[in-house]
Amino acid sequence: MLSRESSATLMGAVTAFLNREARLQDEHQYEAWERLWTDDGVYWVPANGANIDPEREMSIIYDNRSRIALRVRQLMTGKHFTQTPQSNLRRLVSNIELMGEQPGGDIAVASNSLIFESSLRDDTLWAARNEYRLRHVDGDLRMAYKKVVLVNNDKAIYTLSFLV
Amino acid sequence: MNVVRRMAQWNELIHPDRIHGSLYTDRSIFEAELQNIWYRTWVYVGHESEVPKANDYVVKSIGPQSVIMTRDEQGKVNLLLNRCSHRGNQVCSYDRGNARSFTCPFHSWTFANDGRLVGYAFPDGYEGQDRAELALGRVTRVESHRGFVFGSFAAEGPTLKEHLGGAAETIDRLVRTSPEGEVEVTAGFLKHRVKANWKFILENECDGYHPAFVHTSIFGVADSMIGKLYGGASTALTRDYGNGHTEIDLRPEFRKRDLPMSWFGTSEERLPDYTARMKAAYGDTAAREIMIDGTPHVMIFPNLFIAEIQMFVIQPLGVDDSVQHVTALQFKGAPDLNRRLRQQTMGSVGPAGFLLADDSEMYERCHRGVLARNPEWVFLGRGEKRERRDELGFKIGHVTDEVPSRGIWAHYRKLMEAA
Repeated sequence: MLSRESSATLMGAVTAFLNREARLQDEHQYEAWERLWTDDGVYWVPANGANIDPEREMSIIYDNRSRIALRVRQLMTGKHFTQTPQSNLRRLVSNIELMGEQPGGDIAVASNSLIFESSLRDDTLWAARNEYRLRHVDGDLRMAYKKVVLVNNDKAIYTLSFLV
Repeated sequence: MNVVRRMAQWNELIHPDRIHGSLYTDRSIFEAELQNIWYRTWVYVGHESEVPKANDYVVKSIGPQSVIMTRDEQGKVNLLLNRCSHRGNQVCSYDRGNARSFTCPFHSWTFANDGRLVGYAFPDGYEGQDRAELALGRVTRVESHRGFVFGSFAAEGPTLKEHLGGAAETIDRLVRTSPEGEVEVTAGFLKHRVKANWKFILENECDGYHPAFVHTSIFGVADSMIGKLYGGASTALTRDYGNGHTEIDLRPEFRKRDLPMSWFGTSEERLPDYTARMKAAYGDTAAREIMIDGTPHVMIFPNLFIAEIQMFVIQPLGVDDSVQHVTALQFKGAPDLNRRLRQQTMGSVGPAGFLLADDSEMYERCHRGVLARNPEWVFLGRGEKRERRDELGFKIGHVTDEVPSRGIWAHYRKLMEAA
């Protein structure tokens, strides 16, 4: 159990981390975003609800660490046409909550995000509930797990090719 | 332009080597397609494995219409329209489930899962009413091939077998990839929406000209063997089966490699359990042939695309609004293969897929492009002069040739002129 003081410090660090992640995503700083991940990172965007089994059913994204790297490398080619030109993005991250410490020492964090995307197609508003597991690595926070539950993931959705 | 006049002049809009851009953008043409194609011919709806048990149901569609695929207590598969016969309210609000009956929330009319009206609230106002007249609407004809369920709203017309014609063999070829001879659709669907006309998707599925360019970003960074299949030096073929069905036949390339499971970028050694089951099921020689040839890349007109490891169902919602429903194919009796099929499918298709995000971008840009009317035409002449016939008489061409698009439009013209 964290003391009130250390909890406030942790909340400050987590908030700064999530804001930084949001900025890197909005500004297409793919390599810097990739460096936020731990070596065992899992990036999951489920489909058809929040609680499907990604080992049995299709998810919108279910990337292990090497596939996260592949995703970034594809974006970096400049020829991933759905992001050429890049979407203009701004997102709000809010409702940040510390959800407790995990058995391995990871910190469970949850937030909401609201993303405005302007692309060749049109302007699109995306809303999601995010769940993270963050870990202290060499004095900095890193993401070991990020789950993005789009509010409308049971419906037909447009292409989602930016970092969500 | 006068709509009625144009309807009589499909031959002016569709030439063998080019088609008029308005075919993708004109709302009245879209409405005519719903009547003449989607509500008349055979349309793929769902797979029997999606309703494995008695009383299972899953909500599907034919164009904009919601269709409930049910398995009733007798085990029969029904295609019912999701519309109460009283006031039109949708009787089913969930994507899937298990239910003997559907009760309309508006006035509590209740329908059995074979469509019969079994009761209404306060029946004393309905003396003498024949309930049989008030059943749920049905898709008029329902037939299946190897578990793939198709529906047609027309009482008369070709049988499903006649409609599939030569393309039926591609589905037969697909199910042989399972040691038990069956495909299962159990991985759930991703629903990817695009602001584009459905025919851009239909044509793209067997367009072997674009992958080298559209997918260059992923071919460049992933260790993919797909790119070479679509190169200028490839021996792969395009084929027009007639009735709008088209194929990219990659077997010539896979047979040159002569390596089982190379079609899936893997090997027998990595799938020992699957390999053993295939040999036990088909014998060493036939199993080896199946595992070298791989699965088909076939577009069954107008909406079922089997893409080696995935299945797509195209749904038109409006002239510029379409949904691609996609899932990983799963082969009965092949759990080790199925896991890889799911992983690769998740990587490549859906809204965030390494491949489909770029394809979908192309459909949307094409759609916006053809709104411009100079030039008026979309040119489909690639490889027209070098088309030839295979031993069964189907038109074939190089993998990069537009044999499939020309085949689709020739069939489309017949359907639209028949109206």
